[in-house]
Amino acid sequence: MVPLSWYLALSALLFTIGAVGVFIKRNAITIFLCIELMLNAVNLTFVALSGFFGDVGGQLFVFIVMTVAAAEAAVGLAIIISIFRNRESLNVDEVDAMKL
Amino acid sequence: MTGELEKILFIVVAAIAVASALNILIQRNPLYSALSLIVTLLSLSVLYLTLRAQFIAAIQIVVYAGAIMVLFVFAIMLLNVPKTQPEVEKQKGLRLLAIPFAGVLIAEMFFVLRQIRPLTLPVLSGDPDQVVGTTWSIGTALFSDYLLPFEVTSVLILMAVVGAMVLARREGD
Amino acid sequence: MKYPLAIIILAPLIGAAILGLFGKRMSERVIGWIACSTVAVSSILAFYSFFNHASALEHGDKHYEYLFTWINVGSFRADASLVLDSLSAIYILFVTFVGFWIHVFATGYMRGDKGYWRFFAYMNLFMFSMLTLVLADNFLLMFVGWEGVGLCSYLLIGYYFQKDFANDAAKKAFIVNRIGDFGFALGVMLLFTKAGTIFFFDDPGRGVHGAFDWAMAQTTDPLALSAIFAGGITTIAVLLFVGAIGKSAQLPLYVWLPDAMAGPTPVSALIHAATMVTAGVYMVSRASSIYVHAPTAMFIVAIVGAATALFAATIGLAQWDIKKVLAYSTISQLGYMFLACGVGAFGAGIFHVFTHAFFKALLFLGSGSVIVGMHHEQDMRKMGGLKKYMPLTFATMLVGWLAISGVPLLSGFFSKDEILYRSFVAEGLPDSWAKILWFVGAITALVTAVYMTRLMVLTFWGERFTAPEPALEAHSTSGEHHAGPPHESPRSMVLPLIVLAAGAVFAGYLGVPEGLPGGALPNYFERLLKPSIASPHMKEAKEPVREHREPSVPEFSLMPEIVEPPANHSLELTLTGVSITIALAGIAIGWVWFNRKPLWEPPRLLEEKYYVDEVYDAAIVQPIKQGSINVLWKFIDVHVIDGAVNGAGHLASLLGTGLRYLQSGLARSYVAVLVFGALLLIAYFVIR
Repeated sequence: MVPLSWYLALSALLFTIGAVGVFIKRNAITIFLCIELMLNAVNLTFVALSGFFGDVGGQLFVFIVMTVAAAEAAVGLAIIISIFRNRESLNVDEVDAMKL
Repeated sequence: MTGELEKILFIVVAAIAVASALNILIQRNPLYSALSLIVTLLSLSVLYLTLRAQFIAAIQIVVYAGAIMVLFVFAIMLLNVPKTQPEVEKQKGLRLLAIPFAGVLIAEMFFVLRQIRPLTLPVLSGDPDQVVGTTWSIGTALFSDYLLPFEVTSVLILMAVVGAMVLARREGD
Repeated sequence: MKYPLAIIILAPLIGAAILGLFGKRMSERVIGWIACSTVAVSSILAFYSFFNHASALEHGDKHYEYLFTWINVGSFRADASLVLDSLSAIYILFVTFVGFWIHVFATGYMRGDKGYWRFFAYMNLFMFSMLTLVLADNFLLMFVGWEGVGLCSYLLIGYYFQKDFANDAAKKAFIVNRIGDFGFALGVMLLFTKAGTIFFFDDPGRGVHGAFDWAMAQTTDPLALSAIFAGGITTIAVLLFVGAIGKSAQLPLYVWLPDAMAGPTPVSALIHAATMVTAGVYMVSRASSIYVHAPTAMFIVAIVGAATALFAATIGLAQWDIKKVLAYSTISQLGYMFLACGVGAFGAGIFHVFTHAFFKALLFLGSGSVIVGMHHEQDMRKMGGLKKYMPLTFATMLVGWLAISGVPLLSGFFSKDEILYRSFVAEGLPDSWAKILWFVGAITALVTAVYMTRLMVLTFWGERFTAPEPALEAHSTSGEHHAGPPHESPRSMVLPLIVLAAGAVFAGYLGVPEGLPGGALPNYFERLLKPSIASPHMKEAKEPVREHREPSVPEFSLMPEIVEPPANHSLELTLTGVSITIALAGIAIGWVWFNRKPLWEPPRLLEEKYYVDEVYDAAIVQPIKQGSINVLWKFIDVHVIDGAVNGAGHLASLLGTGLRYLQSGLARSYVAVLVFGALLLIAYFVIR
């Protein structure tokens, strides 16, 4: 039987990779992908705990998270498209007009 | 015997997940990164199955990998930037920060996991069609205990649709 | 008359207030009348109070006037209350009397000066402070008067404030006094710690205990160097004496007095001859019950007094300014007074204060008259032969000169002789110090006679010495080069001189020592003072001894059993003979030595006052000044304090500049910060 800690370890690892990716990558869409990865890592944690403790709430939460992720992906990509129209570039480092 | 098989299965699937996750970072072309993410999602789905979350596993493939990632791919294709000008990078030091951060996170993970008691999946009891993880269980919970989040989520989706349309239209449309 | 003592004090204060507020618009005549009349009121009341209580005072009665309770905190109490006992009675008598005549003199001397009103306002204020000092019945009120006279001294020395050297002299006086005041304050505080009170005497009616009553019940400290620092009675006595050193210009804090001659001459006469400088002697005599229990302190007092006397006399020998000679003479005579106190003859010391007030004020006022007559010339080298121009001044100064030199039958002779005798036979001093002190005193008397004779000779006899004026055609040296010949002074100035001369002659008869052939005259002075001051010949009393007395007399007076040493009349006569010889010899030496021309040039060392001022300047003033400029100002004020203040601003701005880098506008760095924060949070939970 696979102990719980293995699932949690895998989840942490995926989350770390996603976090690192967010601030290494400069392409806006790639950053988004990494965010999705982080969300999935957290989903794994929820499902694992839900299975091990027999509580359906965990899986329900995952359900909601997926819905929210979809909505967020839609809006976020819309923003990225409008930024692209302005600057012709997807480089996040070029969008720094708000600096002091 | 099944215990060992399960472990092997887990390790294989986990390895695929991690490898494809790393591939997201390694690839330059965002399209390849998206495809790697799809692989990760699929392997996660397999893991959900081993955790008796059948419904979620199915939803993952249908919604996440099937809809959201398709959306991403559409966007990538739409915004295909030709690599003519050199990539601008400001604050190069941030790249170096990644390693310490990752290291600290992993370390923290070890700290936490040390204190978790060795649990295994509990024995199933009750009606196999109504056990936690089946569609029935999720459906009844969704429309009874967790009705409010359900309704709110629907409003959220509405807002997202409206917002996406507003943000992405051209001027004068 | 309900509160005579209070009126004695307040009359000059009212005068000062009136003159200070309205004096600018008054005429000189009115100002003079107001100033002199307030002092006259005080003087009349002083005589009245004295004669009212004369017999009671002799018995040791004290007459209190309680005005109000000033401070009453915890166990510390200080009242505004006045006490009249024989010591303060003597003081107010001569202070107001001499003060009055000096005020009269000043109305003539200061005529024509623009700050006439200011001068008399300050003079009246001074009288108020001095009388407060003398009449106070606790150390704190006395300290108020003490500081007040110091303040008035500063104001009056710096009266000619347009002149830099006057301002410097005023500051010097105040600052050097302050050093002494510090010791005084410490002494009072220590006394309070040990005795629990700062009142002088017990007054059961008011519920206060007296420090002197406490002191009388103490055991005598040993005669040892360690006693000074032991924190007991000797320490108190020494600290109080430090205050007296400052106020009464003894070694090493005398340096302000010669410079104080920058003030107008009446000021020098009143403050720096007759009254303020004797406040130290007053204080030591007042606290005699403390001193007799601290033989080490008394020894120090005697040595300082004797050393100062000789030291100042030698400097006086070499000065050319007539006022400076008198200033050093004052310092020297003050040394005598402290010598007397140091050997336990407090009565003799006070007697010398009394006679000195008369003849020194006389000498100063006379010199003022000479200065005015010479159109404000003070250098004796420019004077000479004035006796035919200013006969009255000459006559009165003659009396003063003979008195201070110790010529028999004049007041100075009696008082000085008493001091010398008592120091010769003093007990309780180590080894043969009594003889040494007598010897120093005798030498000083000789030098005193010499320099005073020099002063008289240079000023009044001989021909006029004048500095050769190139503009004038060659005349004989006795030609004049001032605007008009020197003239006698007006009546307002001469009358006080005559009065004071009479005092200088006759005041001495109040205290003729018993051993002299004039023993038919009782030593009234000594008898009067006896109950108010302690004597070192008392028997050790653990508990105050009750003498036979009527019930109307208060419980306790400072009169425990006194075992006087047997009066050695033949010794006294011998020593008197020695004193007379010294006086006459001094005059003779001075006459011969200084009458010849060319003028005798004093040794450089003496003329430059042993370079003491220069030494002080180099050792104390300059280091402080350099320290203040370089350390306190340039370093601490500019770098540390301003640096801290500016630095705070600078720091804020630096912080801002640093934090600005966080706002880079880059999404990636924001995320990095986010992740960092998340890490910290996780770490917190993990570790907990």
